[in-house]
Amino acid sequence: MPAQYIPILIFAVLAAAFPIVTLIAAKYVRPESKAVGAKLEAYESGNPIEGSARGRYSTRFYIIAILFVVFDVETVFLFPWAIRFGQMGLYGLETMLVFLGILLVGYIWLYRKGALDWL
Amino acid sequence: MRTLLIPVLCAVVIVALLPLIAGYIVLVERKVMAHMQARLGPMRVGPHGLLQPIADALKLMLKEDVIPTNADRLIFWFAPVASVAAALVAYSAMPIGPAFQIADLNVGLLFIVAVSSLGIYGVVLGGWASNSHYSLLGAMRSAAQLVSYEVAAGLALVSVLLLAGSLSMKEIVQAQLDQGVWFVFYVPFGFFIYLVASIAETNRAPFDLPEADSEIVAGYMTEYSGFRWALYFLAEYANVIVVAGVATTLFFGGWLRPLTRYHDHFPGTHVELLDVVPAFAMIALALYCFRLAPRQPLRVQKRVMAAAGVKCVLFAGILFAALFGSDAVREGVHGAFWFLAKVGAYIYCFMWFRFTFPRYRFDQLMRLSWQFLIPLGLVNVIGVAVAIVLRERWDWNPFFSLVPTTIVTLGFAAWLTADKLELSGTDEDIAAESAAVLPGSGE
Repeated sequence: MPAQYIPILIFAVLAAAFPIVTLIAAKYVRPESKAVGAKLEAYESGNPIEGSARGRYSTRFYIIAILFVVFDVETVFLFPWAIRFGQMGLYGLETMLVFLGILLVGYIWLYRKGALDWL
Repeated sequence: MRTLLIPVLCAVVIVALLPLIAGYIVLVERKVMAHMQARLGPMRVGPHGLLQPIADALKLMLKEDVIPTNADRLIFWFAPVASVAAALVAYSAMPIGPAFQIADLNVGLLFIVAVSSLGIYGVVLGGWASNSHYSLLGAMRSAAQLVSYEVAAGLALVSVLLLAGSLSMKEIVQAQLDQGVWFVFYVPFGFFIYLVASIAETNRAPFDLPEADSEIVAGYMTEYSGFRWALYFLAEYANVIVVAGVATTLFFGGWLRPLTRYHDHFPGTHVELLDVVPAFAMIALALYCFRLAPRQPLRVQKRVMAAAGVKCVLFAGILFAALFGSDAVREGVHGAFWFLAKVGAYIYCFMWFRFTFPRYRFDQLMRLSWQFLIPLGLVNVIGVAVAIVLRERWDWNPFFSLVPTTIVTLGFAAWLTADKLELSGTDEDIAAESAAVLPGSGE
């Protein structure tokens, strides 16, 4: 492991320890919880709870997740290209235009299918 | 061992001070909100509410802790911890001035983006573990919103990387020093996209759908109480500081002083004229505190206000003394000052937007990202690439090569907003839309 990651490791341990230690400390400071009955139910604006929350959800969320994978992978491909772009010049521009062009066709198809509309 | 000293010192200071800083950002936000709405805001706890964050923290420590019976206890416990840890670790590659940085990674920007996105695990796990409709809905919204704007923000970052040619945060600042201009002037659209995306990613108004109190109570935090809730709040504000730090480094020259090319000295010394500005600003702040101190109603409040003034004098002294130290000391201290000042200005803009714009609807939010910011980001990246080719191959002036591409991007943005966006549809449009989607819902 490169030496520069050692401070990050120390920091990560500190960063994880901070909330854990304060949570445990708070346990000894605060009064014991005496909650009973409706106070221990999930909050639904005072109404009796309607079944489990882990039911079925709008497929829109899944479509967004799939679209994210496609477009985020594309962004990740752009990162190394952007770093080395100064050395590649016109050749780098042409190749990336081809790549983005293919993606653009997909984007237009998605748009016309209505996949980008929430409603 | 000596090489580890400053990073470990930074780590301890950040973990120790960040909760306090987040608390004071909340206080400033409440004061700014109050003054924008012609109120006074917190005035009771300490002079002008200066001790409010400490009182709040103590109160939250002592609050009763309720876990719903249906909740998944282990994940319920783990989720806020994950949120806070992810938000904190993102600071490790952030250069707070040239001297204070935990680790100067060659993939610094990528590291920050990757780690700060991990915070969404805390949100989704917390929402799921609560086993409440509001919580899960808030978590789903938050995840959908974060991933949508992550793409747009990534494209905005790429436009800066094209100019900087490095992922290291220090080298990005160095590139701005070498090219003699902050990148916000080279890629205004990149900045605009990052500004909008960073507000959405940190779930702040006008994009605070995951915790929209008029719709889903408090979103993923609904079932959290007491100190666990405070941890979520801390993570949220820590994330705001992270995005402000990234924007400062990438678009506003990081720790560089404004007018870096202006180097006039005081006659007979090495002190540059503009370097005394921070010290004088601090002294002005101290004088303001001393002027307010006698007007406070209680003796305790007078003393706290005077102590705040003394602290400003101390900061002014440090900034002034650093001018006569070695170059490394001067740049380290003054760099940290300018970095924090710019981060503060960026966070002030966040507050300003929060109290200015009404909240978006969820479909408007998604449309803004997928149908406006992402295509605009792609065109912006291509525009910057074309400008760099013009510069490298045909020796155009760096600034003027970006003018035509920026105008093309502006035209594209106008075309996108003209007939595609429909963010502000008339009432008839919305009625027609909902009638088409939900047959039988109209009159």
